[in-house]
Amino acid sequence: MLDRMFSAEAVEQALWILRNEFPMAIWETVYVTVLATLFAIVLGLPLGVLLVAGEKNGVLPLPKPIMSVLNVVINLLRSVPFLILMILLIPLTRLIVGTSVGTVASIVPLVIAAFPFVARLVESSLREINPNIIEAAQSMGASPMQIICRVMLPESVPSLISNATIAITTVLGYSAMSGIVGGGGLGQIAINYGYYRYRYLVMLIAVILLIVIVQIFQSAGTFLAVRLDKRIKKK
Amino acid sequence: MIEIRNLTKTFSISAEDGAPASFDALKNVSLTVGDGDIFGIIGMSGAGKSTLVRCINMLERPTEGQVLIDGVDIGTLTPARLRAVRREITMIFQGFNLLMQRTCLANVTFPLELSGMKRSEARKKARELLEIVGLPDKAKSYPAQLSGGQQQRVAIARALATNPKVLLCDEATSALDPNTTHAILELIRKINRELGITVIIITHQMSVVEEVCSHVAILDAGQVVEMGEVSSVFSNPQSDAARRLVYPDANGSGSGENERSAGIAAAARAGERVLRVVFNGSHTTDKPFITQMAIDTGIAANILYASTRCLGECVFGDMLLGIPDTPQALDTVRSYFAKDGDIIIEEIGEVDDRA
Repeated sequence: MLDRMFSAEAVEQALWILRNEFPMAIWETVYVTVLATLFAIVLGLPLGVLLVAGEKNGVLPLPKPIMSVLNVVINLLRSVPFLILMILLIPLTRLIVGTSVGTVASIVPLVIAAFPFVARLVESSLREINPNIIEAAQSMGASPMQIICRVMLPESVPSLISNATIAITTVLGYSAMSGIVGGGGLGQIAINYGYYRYRYLVMLIAVILLIVIVQIFQSAGTFLAVRLDKRIKKK
Repeated sequence: MIEIRNLTKTFSISAEDGAPASFDALKNVSLTVGDGDIFGIIGMSGAGKSTLVRCINMLERPTEGQVLIDGVDIGTLTPARLRAVRREITMIFQGFNLLMQRTCLANVTFPLELSGMKRSEARKKARELLEIVGLPDKAKSYPAQLSGGQQQRVAIARALATNPKVLLCDEATSALDPNTTHAILELIRKINRELGITVIIITHQMSVVEEVCSHVAILDAGQVVEMGEVSSVFSNPQSDAARRLVYPDANGSGSGENERSAGIAAAARAGERVLRVVFNGSHTTDKPFITQMAIDTGIAANILYASTRCLGECVFGDMLLGIPDTPQALDTVRSYFAKDGDIIIEEIGEVDDRA
């Protein structure tokens, strides 16, 4: 199989695809991932805040039924496998984007899959905060909104950045899956050439590129998280 | 003036078998703190100190009773009014509780931002406050770069930012070493004197109360067992809890205490009997007591251990003496000490028998 994979013909074809299709695919993968993650954060961040602040002993206690519904919805969405979710969401995607196939359309299921995940990540970040700091802010006369915006979120920035990195790499993985239902990007190339046409070399290149992109996101995220962490002693 | 009236705080705890149970952290506590006082509230761990101080600014809602600040019952205020009152009763903590992602200057401006002060004005005020607490050069540093004592100074500057009338100190020096504790207490005293801020200090350390407080309340199992001026309460402790605090080494009832005495007793020279002399508020500061006994009775006592402290005119603490092992020496010493009613004497042998 290896000699077939690296035959002159296969290599030549792979190089042709690399030149003509990969630049677009990389761009599609990156923008779908970044956009979907951003939308997921827009939805997930406030939900994650509510999960912590709305608790019985939180800074903004909410009625118990609301909290239960919130938790159940998040758990439900988190339990559906992404492949199934994409198919289930076809009507919604069509409603929002106008079509259920293509690169832009793949953003809808990605956001729906990612925002409950982001909410849970935000929740875990906010729970890391020392409750005494929140108490101190209360003792200074901070309102619940002030505590959320000026204490809880700023104090957990390093952790939020780390978790955003986890979110974006997870979304990247999901976006590759969306190639199956016509979403563009590296995932589509890997499936079309590798799975349907046995061009393993092309698939290999696509996978390597996905790994490189994950590496870049991860390194940037780690760098930012460390850079913004003022708890680490730096003279 | 702060008046605490019949304050009770009950926590409901679920026992292991799931049956609801409750625990009274505070039972019918009443006390009054006058303007300009440095009021100490002292007690062992679990006595309810922290709960009490949190009831003063309603971080903890009392189950019953009232807290009146200048005559206003703050338990009845709306949330917005309560937040305004909290700017007048600020607090510092054992763990400092600074915002770790903000510079020191930004930590001090924080309460000012909350109250809606303009940024430039807040920064100017914060710089002045960092000056007062002795850290003008740390404005741009982050809390993680500072020592514990410095962090507490920043916390004090932050607490002073809103021009409070009252400063609550919740075990503010318990995480600091003795020298730093002393420096922080000096700062608190300075603030009290120069800014006229009433200070309430929660602590388990006797030395803190002795050093700065004018008044003290002793809290034991959620109740105020003694209260008054520091000198009068400590020189004449009435309750068991007060005695335990004032001279922890004396009247050792725990077995550890006896073991320690026995250990020291074992170190006594051969042919000596070991006596424990407990000073229970005796007026002996004015005379060289043991030396005088040696001269008067001709018995040379060997001091094996001593832990005494003076409060006002009185001595508290205990001492272990090695006495020549003859019956008359023992009797002589016993009768000599018996002349002073506040001295209790016991033979370590007797202690061992009991143990």
